Amino acid sequence: MTNTLVPASGTAIEITDEQQIDDVHRVITLNMGPQHPSTHGVFRVVLDLEGEVITDARPVMGYLHRGVEKLFENHRYPQLIPWTDRTDYAAAPANNLGICMAIEKLCGVEVPERAEYFRVILAELTRLASHLIWLGTHCLDIGALSMVLYAFREREMILDLFDSFCGARLTTNIMEIGGFTRDIPDGWLDKLREFLAIFPSRQQEYVDLLSANPIWLNRTKGIGVITPEDAIAYSLTGPMIRGSGVAYDIRRARPYLIYDRLDWDVPVGENGDTYDRYLVRMEEMRQSVRMIEQCLEQMPADGPFLARESNYVQPPHLASQYNAEDMQRHFVWTIKGPRPPKGEVYVSTEGPKGEIGFYIISDGSSVPYRLHYRAASFVNLQILPKLARGAMLADMVALIGTIDIVLGDVDR
Amino acid sequence: MADEAAASAPAEPAIVARLRERFPEAVEEVTNFRGQLTIRVRAEDLTAACLYLRDEPEWRFDMLADLCGVDMVKLRELPRFDVVYQLYSVQHNRRLRLKASVDEWGSIDSVTPIWPGANWQERETYDMFGIVFDGHPDLRRILLPDDWHEYPLRKEVAQEGDRLEADRWLAKQGIPIRLTE
Repeated sequence: MTNTLVPASGTAIEITDEQQIDDVHRVITLNMGPQHPSTHGVFRVVLDLEGEVITDARPVMGYLHRGVEKLFENHRYPQLIPWTDRTDYAAAPANNLGICMAIEKLCGVEVPERAEYFRVILAELTRLASHLIWLGTHCLDIGALSMVLYAFREREMILDLFDSFCGARLTTNIMEIGGFTRDIPDGWLDKLREFLAIFPSRQQEYVDLLSANPIWLNRTKGIGVITPEDAIAYSLTGPMIRGSGVAYDIRRARPYLIYDRLDWDVPVGENGDTYDRYLVRMEEMRQSVRMIEQCLEQMPADGPFLARESNYVQPPHLASQYNAEDMQRHFVWTIKGPRPPKGEVYVSTEGPKGEIGFYIISDGSSVPYRLHYRAASFVNLQILPKLARGAMLADMVALIGTIDIVLGDVDR
Repeated sequence: MADEAAASAPAEPAIVARLRERFPEAVEEVTNFRGQLTIRVRAEDLTAACLYLRDEPEWRFDMLADLCGVDMVKLRELPRFDVVYQLYSVQHNRRLRLKASVDEWGSIDSVTPIWPGANWQERETYDMFGIVFDGHPDLRRILLPDDWHEYPLRKEVAQEGDRLEADRWLAKQGIPIRLTE
């Protein structure tokens, strides 16, 4: 016996006995990705569908796995910093900061005050750039196609700032153990001030486009609700946990660099849905601008930019071109690398997507015995199957977008 | 910070004393480096100690911030692996590192029933080291292919892995050209 389905398009489809599982419960397995544009990279989810309702979601990942933890074990400490660019490539300076702070903690290096201020400026600019890429692509997924043009316009200004400071837009390798080896270029801070003057009005444009947009509200309100208890149990961090109303921000909870000298707020959501996480990230961008402005006011105009007195820090490069002893020091440091003391540290910083953690075990040699990188995207993504169960198929792209993943960070 | 202040005191930190009181055999080693406290727990007591640390109002370590494995083969005789747990208490803003040892072909209790956030991190540890977690709901490889032939973060595996086996695997997938040459 065969059945005939007549869909709205009018062409009848014949269903044979083998295809007909059950009249009521017909489960379809749908493969989403790895080349699906809304998965933000090579990420695949296998979905079980009953009609348009998702009954199960099984994420499959690893397509971008490069084994960075194995590479970490085979490189000397100063060589590790460029590898971290390639994990979360949308927010490379935040990863550079994480690993530099972990190595500095391991070696006991004190970073000069001026470098700490500048690190905060870079970390907050990174947060802006990362949130802008999230905003653009998240809206693009949901159907607000024009947002991505505006978001990338401002992101480009930030990448230009990175470019003129370190010579790269994405794979920045922007800082060193102990601070910065290059000084701030002339006019760089003025360009930053120009950007800060423009950005709030540009952000208002995004708000005007989205906040009262009925399509945007329908697609985000009440979608992907996470309770505060679940957020903590699933180890969510960053905007994911704050959207659920838990005010956990490492910059506030365990201040590092000079965050305790700045005046800023930790935005939290109320309902834990996709819309609240949107509001949290938008408010975080405003707070980042506030922080950078305060840093510009408080930052010493002159002063050391690199902890020169420490043996773990790169010796001066310019002097090595004129002076034999300095040249030898620089050569030996570059070829052999610093040897941190035996011990283990776990250092976590607040990245744009959540907690960036580096756990180093040192056996006293110039390469780490073990270096584990705690990727915020990877841990945050764990809640996806729980959010997807019972959701509509069309909301799947909103759920992936709201978690804000970068597949280089998930797969490492 | 609470734990750093406690750690700098000459006496043992309160949390270690309370753990010893509660589980007399559990605490094997306490180390403190750069103000970070590490407690090595006997593997048999891991679940009980974790439940105690999570539920006791005094500690409330309700979040597992990070979990990873370490191949200790170059640092000590036996057992081969360590599993490292970075705990965090949102309520008390306190951090703690737990460690437990596993034999090369042994297994350890999964903490996924205690902290659901451990799920993928335990899968990754299994994927990279071959450490088996008892009671894990879905212990499969996560980043590497399901039929991969080695546990890459073990110390005996070279950085590029076993290239002969990798070639065989590629051939089996119908990818005859070696891209790494």
